[in-house]
Amino acid sequence: MIETVTQALSFTFMRNALLAGVLVSIACGIIGAFVVIKRIVFISGGIAHAAYGGIGIGYFFKFSPVLGAIAFSLASALGMGMVQRKTRERADTVIGVMWAIGMAIGIIFIDRTAGYKADLMSYLFGSILAVPQGDLLIMLVMDIVIIGLVALFYKEFLAIAFDETFATVENVPVDLVYMLLLGMIGFTVVMLMRVVGLIMVIAMLTIPAAISGQLVKDMKRMMILSSILGMLFTTIGLWLSYFLNLTSGATIILVSGVAYLLSMGIKAVLRRSADERRR
Amino acid sequence: MIQTKTLQQTDPVISIRNLWAGYDNESVLEDINLTVNRLDFVGLIGPNGGGKTTLIKVLLGLLAPARGEVRILGKRVEEGRRHIGYVPQVVELDRDFPISVCEVARMGRLGTRGLLRRYTAEDNEIVAEALRKVDMLDLRGRPIGELSGGQRQRVYIARALAAEPEILLLDEPTASVDPQMSTSIYELLGRLNDHVTILLISHDVGAISSYIKTIGCLNRRLFYHHGKQITPDMLQAAYQCPIDLIAHGVPHRVLPDHTMQTNDTESVGLEGQR
Repeated sequence: MIETVTQALSFTFMRNALLAGVLVSIACGIIGAFVVIKRIVFISGGIAHAAYGGIGIGYFFKFSPVLGAIAFSLASALGMGMVQRKTRERADTVIGVMWAIGMAIGIIFIDRTAGYKADLMSYLFGSILAVPQGDLLIMLVMDIVIIGLVALFYKEFLAIAFDETFATVENVPVDLVYMLLLGMIGFTVVMLMRVVGLIMVIAMLTIPAAISGQLVKDMKRMMILSSILGMLFTTIGLWLSYFLNLTSGATIILVSGVAYLLSMGIKAVLRRSADERRR
Repeated sequence: MIQTKTLQQTDPVISIRNLWAGYDNESVLEDINLTVNRLDFVGLIGPNGGGKTTLIKVLLGLLAPARGEVRILGKRVEEGRRHIGYVPQVVELDRDFPISVCEVARMGRLGTRGLLRRYTAEDNEIVAEALRKVDMLDLRGRPIGELSGGQRQRVYIARALAAEPEILLLDEPTASVDPQMSTSIYELLGRLNDHVTILLISHDVGAISSYIKTIGCLNRRLFYHHGKQITPDMLQAAYQCPIDLIAHGVPHRVLPDHTMQTNDTESVGLEGQR
């Protein structure tokens, strides 16, 4: 067993994958905590899927699909945020429409692109085992940027998540702060795309944060704990996928999902026994 | 401009003149006139849908008036609102929200500490003082989701006080608390009224207590006579039907011929001044 582990660790791709898991978990833990407490899971899903449009355009015009994804996810984050804030349309409907249009654009452009498109699936379902060294550096920089922004605007982010009306009355620029949060979600989504794929991004953003939200009642601890849980899930998921020869992204998600269900079950049992004691 | 003028003690704290407001050309508030003076304790009651929320939105600068003028301490609402300590209605919240009593109260300092500025030791002192005033200092480390409705109301009052406001604006302060807690919240407001002007808005006639110095009825229009009593006529005009002045279990204290039972000698309420 130990031999297999050392052997696996001798592969650069395995080391890179483990490191990528740790790096994305930091961003996920921090941003995911805000996504969960502000209840913007749906808009985050919209941003993630609309990013696929950028990947298609990147393929077609022969520039980096990651750059395309960043541009698209930022644009859709801002667009969806504007719709939510400034129009009187049903925001979730419009977000759903933009979600679908983004994906459709991606598919059409990829259809029209000639040549080999093998790693296309990797954007949908993740390819943590194929993360190049250069991407690790990008992830590290993004982590630092996210930690820096959250540290700088922590009290404002917390304020708009808890009580936006009160924050407005206190002259917090709520729209600007919200757009900044959505923009950071956009960046995180692109990072996650490499690891678990667009389709499963939502799980990585929400599950670690949701579990830690049940365990701790302090925002800073919640961010730290969800980062740690994220690292745990990606690492366990990676090893499982390595030994059992399964798709890494899906294995990571299933590990997280099982942990989530367990934590819900334990919570229900604890609550019931607490109720019984009260009686 | 008026803003540079130093504020006289006699200047109105809130002045609303010929205010019309609403949504999509449908007016919810019609020709509202209201002057609130320093250290007033004004209670406005009215039925649901009578424009209470709209009036609060206008006072907080969240909704622009269609017509008319609103001044807070002689300033435009967007500037004047930083002198308002807003206490929202206690509604159901995410019980798991990871925030402590102290952190909620500290949000009252957001207006003072703008973007990119950290809370200071002075902020923490002001927040602690505000929590002490509402008797919530001992629970400052508690997650907000573990508090009862009445305790949460107190924390919101502390948050408003932490902004060091001239005016407290309360939306349905006793809507989600039991009658006993409601009395203690009014006692608290009565004490706070020594230093701050209070405007509260409620749909519940029974919620109006003797601590309130002036009462008005709001239903599209404002029936307000700077009086210390509410008259059946005012109520009928506002509610447009005769309503039962005896509210569920809480002895109302607004009818003129009602003998008042108060256990607070400091009461400057309706009966006290008669």
